[in-house]
Amino acid sequence: MPLADAVARHVKDGQTIAMEGFTHLIPFAAGHEVIRQARRGLTLVRMTPDIVYDQMIGMGCASTVVFSWGGNPGVGSIHRFRDAIENGWPAPLAIQEHSHADMAGRYQAGASGLPFSVLRGYVGSDLPKHNANIRSITCPFTGEKLAATPALNPDVTVIHAQKADRQGNVLVTGIVGVQKEAVLAAKAAIVTVEEIVDRLDAPMNSCVLPHWVLSAVCEVPYGAHPSYAHGYYGRDNAFCKAWDSVSRDRDAFLAWMRRHVLGTKDHQGFLKSAGIAPLGKDAINA
Amino acid sequence: MPEAAYTPNEIMTIEAARRLKNGTVCFVGIGMPSAAANLARLTHAPEVVLIYESGTIGAKPDVLPLSIGDGELAEYADTVVSVPEIFRYWLQGGRVDVGFLGAAQVDKFGNINTTVIGGDYAKPKVRLPGAGGAPEIASNARETWIIIKQTKRSFVAKLDFLTSVGHLDGGDSRAKSGARGAGPTAVITDLGVLAPDPVTRELTLVAIHPGIGVDQVKASTGWDLKIAPQLAHTVAPTEAELETLRDLHARTNKAHGSAAATE
Repeated sequence: MPLADAVARHVKDGQTIAMEGFTHLIPFAAGHEVIRQARRGLTLVRMTPDIVYDQMIGMGCASTVVFSWGGNPGVGSIHRFRDAIENGWPAPLAIQEHSHADMAGRYQAGASGLPFSVLRGYVGSDLPKHNANIRSITCPFTGEKLAATPALNPDVTVIHAQKADRQGNVLVTGIVGVQKEAVLAAKAAIVTVEEIVDRLDAPMNSCVLPHWVLSAVCEVPYGAHPSYAHGYYGRDNAFCKAWDSVSRDRDAFLAWMRRHVLGTKDHQGFLKSAGIAPLGKDAINA
Repeated sequence: MPEAAYTPNEIMTIEAARRLKNGTVCFVGIGMPSAAANLARLTHAPEVVLIYESGTIGAKPDVLPLSIGDGELAEYADTVVSVPEIFRYWLQGGRVDVGFLGAAQVDKFGNINTTVIGGDYAKPKVRLPGAGGAPEIASNARETWIIIKQTKRSFVAKLDFLTSVGHLDGGDSRAKSGARGAGPTAVITDLGVLAPDPVTRELTLVAIHPGIGVDQVKASTGWDLKIAPQLAHTVAPTEAELETLRDLHARTNKAHGSAAATE
């Protein structure tokens, strides 16, 4: 299915959307498509919001971000995210802030059909003072006080993976992050893949998402750029560094987004417009 | 060794690396902790076990990762597990000896801020990336080490936000809080090493780097820093340590296309 059709069909204004990827396999192409289709009022969930959420926030798609670490890894701040929090531009942005262990547990609870997640977390931390969703529970067996937070069940989870077979079964390899949990917790799931192949040849015990838990599988080569797809291409660190200066300035940011995202009709058009030549397989460690 | 043959960053990284032993299981934060942990692995502690929160266990990166989830970490790891698993089974399950963290601010009880600076939470002067894995690393590892440059702005009397727990309010307050492990046992800086007083848990200067004066350390601390009665002196970096660290940074910069990953 074309990515534009998958986003049009499943992603609606006001929904809770999780676009996951733990610094690997980040669904950039799908984020750009949500921007092109001008979705508004989204609650964006992600453990590690980075450049793609920065772009979606700056283009006015988000009203709330639920997260545990927000930044441009190895580079610094995400400036549109900060501008939205600090100055309300382009619109006020509410945040719900957690820790990684908690966010991972919240997805697990969502995928497990449980109402909440429990963890040994937030001891002594100020975070619970600023997030009403971080509460506590007393263990009925030991009497211990533990942190409790509500399950995460996104309306739509979007991930990127290496490959799918023609039936739509998806194989994720390398750093798998929280993708399986985020998909299984969601009401609908869209997966973009580097390629569709005749046979997955997935090793036993590998991370495979069967076609019947997915709503749409879309072939989008280089769909994770500037993050990386293990076995396909390396991380584009030069892009991530360049983004820092593009995103510092509102006008420069808008001009860049209008030209390369709004001004193109799909990801291949974006790559060509932005002059991006994805790094080859041998750049896997770059 | 001639004076100033190394930078403050280098002695901080090297002094931190020296503390890691073969067989220690270390949950590694990105940035300076990662540089120190890998220096240890490349010098005296080849059997140190490095865990990153991206799910890589027994990581052996040839260059320092720019992000916590670089392919470099997965490529040479003993195994790669999911993010829920790394936090639940390996950290919360009690498998981690040392949680190795960086910070934007630290207070006299080793509590850490990585959330906001100045203003208030809703309208901060500076919005930092946030907690990441640190709150649970700090409260579940057997002990915690912190590596941070020592200045009046980073060593503060009162944190703007307490993200991750250290010795909380001092004394037995951490033990009573439900946090597990010993908490911060060492804070390694570019000026020396601090460790908690056994009773009050207040961070005390226990060692000082060559050429650094006690007054200088006190002037770089936002509270009235106590000095251990028997102040130790760290040993200047050896040529082998410096060469290995510089090679690691050179390889890293080459791989990442600039000097971004050296911090």
